Amino acid sequence: MLDHPREDDPVITAICRDLGNDRHRLLDILLAIQRKDRWISPQALTHVARLVGLTRIQVEGVASFYSFLSLEPKGRVTIRLCDDIIDRHAGFAAVLRVFEEELGIGLGQTSGDGAVSLDATPCIGLCDQAPAAMVNDVVLTRLTPERAREVARALKAGQRPEDLIHPDFDRLTPLERARAAVETGIRQAGAVLLGPVPAEAGLRRAMGMEPEQVIDTVIASGLRGCGGAGFTSGQKWRFAAVTPADRRFVICNADEGEPGTFKDRVLLTERADLVIEGMTIAARAIGAREGILYLRGEYVYLRDHLEAVLAARRNAGLLGHDILGQAGFDFDLRLQLGAGAYICGEEGALISSCEGLPGEPKTRPPFPVTRGYLGFPTVVNNVETFAHAARILDKGAGWFHAMGTHGSHGTKLFSISGDCTRPGVYELPYGLELRELLALAGAEDAAAVQVGGPSGTMVGRDSFHRRLTFDDLATGGAVIVFSGARNILEIVEYYLSFFVHESCGYCTPCRVGNVFLQKAIQKFRKGHADASDIAYLRDLSATIIETSRCGLGMTSPNPVLSTLANFPLVYGAVTRSTEDGMQASFDIQSAIDRARGIAKRRSHIYDRDFSA
Amino acid sequence: MTGARKLRIATVSLAGCFGCHMALLDMDELLIGLMEKVEFDRSPLTDMKTFTRRADVGIIEGGCCNEENVHVLQDFRRNCDVLVALGQCAIMGGLPAMRNAIMHSDDPLRECLEEAYISGPYIRNTTHHVPNDPVLPLVLDRVYASSEVVRIDHQIPGCAPSGRLIHDTLVSLLAGRFHGFDPHSIRFD
Repeated sequence: MLDHPREDDPVITAICRDLGNDRHRLLDILLAIQRKDRWISPQALTHVARLVGLTRIQVEGVASFYSFLSLEPKGRVTIRLCDDIIDRHAGFAAVLRVFEEELGIGLGQTSGDGAVSLDATPCIGLCDQAPAAMVNDVVLTRLTPERAREVARALKAGQRPEDLIHPDFDRLTPLERARAAVETGIRQAGAVLLGPVPAEAGLRRAMGMEPEQVIDTVIASGLRGCGGAGFTSGQKWRFAAVTPADRRFVICNADEGEPGTFKDRVLLTERADLVIEGMTIAARAIGAREGILYLRGEYVYLRDHLEAVLAARRNAGLLGHDILGQAGFDFDLRLQLGAGAYICGEEGALISSCEGLPGEPKTRPPFPVTRGYLGFPTVVNNVETFAHAARILDKGAGWFHAMGTHGSHGTKLFSISGDCTRPGVYELPYGLELRELLALAGAEDAAAVQVGGPSGTMVGRDSFHRRLTFDDLATGGAVIVFSGARNILEIVEYYLSFFVHESCGYCTPCRVGNVFLQKAIQKFRKGHADASDIAYLRDLSATIIETSRCGLGMTSPNPVLSTLANFPLVYGAVTRSTEDGMQASFDIQSAIDRARGIAKRRSHIYDRDFSA
Repeated sequence: MTGARKLRIATVSLAGCFGCHMALLDMDELLIGLMEKVEFDRSPLTDMKTFTRRADVGIIEGGCCNEENVHVLQDFRRNCDVLVALGQCAIMGGLPAMRNAIMHSDDPLRECLEEAYISGPYIRNTTHHVPNDPVLPLVLDRVYASSEVVRIDHQIPGCAPSGRLIHDTLVSLLAGRFHGFDPHSIRFD
């Protein structure tokens, strides 16, 4: 069992000292304590607060914000089953039942001997290999009830989670470990990212150019941010470059939290060097000497691999001082691990998280390009954006610009999952029709497709001719396929519950509005809704979008709005008529059911067969 | 108005205390003027138990605490052009809805009935049973505001609303001039 927590635990003192007793590294400190003790005790909170010079409540504010940090004791092994809608469709319930049976605990509980905790967590980026689960720092994919039984028994018998991945886990290289746990998932390699890529060609070219020319090249290529919002990347770099400052930062947003998106997982596994090369080019372009790669907590299984890549690059003179021998070109970066908060994919929240704060968005303006990390100009780009930038510098702006369509240039990684025979990552030029992509993925029975994840658009068969571009069907990568056997309203309700869970709680429209929106959809699912509820859905959605503080609330009503627009018949079929003036939401049978049981008789009025 | 038929009003007291009906009578001599314009159909004031004809206005006192309340309210909706919720019980559930506060119980209705008829400190019930005569309507799981059961067109707030307020509202409603209340007329503090 765990030692009794102390307020002067020397290991915690050492953890804080190693991170310079720096309050900006609070998330790292808390993650290290969580790993060591499997929870963050009240004593540890007080201890850390004293060492980093914060109040205890500030530390607790951070510790309670992230779902991978626990303020209650957890088992030595924590199993986090991925509870995404795709996993539910792929057999989540059966897998959960086996774990509950074998471990004798329910979701959210820890076994009596402190060995195992069982939790559910939203999408962990393995939709193409669902159902999936995190077990401490490793991930398990394609779980079946049989495999779940095997896993539960092995863990009960005291096996390490790592041994479940590979019998010789310790002898594998970090990259081999990642590949042993997760299939690569590349279904189609394109010309830019997933095809053959010469090492450091882009960086070498960039070093022969003035920083200004590098930015011009990226602007000329037409590259737009690949995380979803699609801001012109070169512009972002230019804003940061022209803001006078002593320090500048380059941050790679690898907090790939949008359910159904897993393209960055593939890039970080298979093209990590290219991504960091792109960051280094960005650093040269804007004059940054420091960077951060923000890796979502769910991808902790890639941490050792990425650390190994960083170490190798430092050894090869690709990171650090005088990169590739060019005097004065210094750049290095650190890995910042997240802790299970979707909101940290929003760039302001991501920066807050890097600063050791709760992952809450910042008020904009000022934008991060002028006042970002620690108040310095900061470029935050998606993993794929950096990888593209490196290739653009190598092959030239014209080469990239020629691919795709007007306004959406180059290729895009699409991560396809759900009801299709070939889920995985496809690299294709922008501008193809959705139905072409569905044909490639073997999604012949697709009846509805969620493009861009929950915050994107749900389209039906009548929209499969639409094109995947920023101006038509925009996506950060997620394309989730649903067959005609799926319940659209169940999917919508699931996505709303996801946003309810992931709202940071800072602003009321998002914190409260999404709960109301979910309740309203439940009303439809119960058949209690009437026409006024449709108006209510639209009205409430408009309020949430207009008054929320960040992108989460501005997009969280999208599952409702896009299904209202594209699947009106679904709503129509479950909406009751109110012409007679009776309220659809009032159900006399359920209202008198209790009394029937207590009185042990039927109703004179509403049980018609009483007199028969 | 000569030649025009008198407008028909129906009223009912559901889960209320009849206070709103008392307030209706409390409009004193204004009632004489009102009666020149209207006639009462189904109402406790006429002792008519069913609708004889369709009514222009139905006035509802009280919310719904049992199945009979629901049945009558639905009957009013079917037989009246305009439904008016009169007083706080009809609008919000009012005092009877205090039982809705019993929510942290596995069986709130049973708990409520037992406290009301058996275990309450001021109860003298020698049978030690909850009344269960077959003619008693079944009690609902909670008290519902009238607007939760049927569409309600207008509300007259108050506990009870004053006779003057009821009179003025009805007169302007019947003349088709009712566009909401002057805030001062519905201030109760």
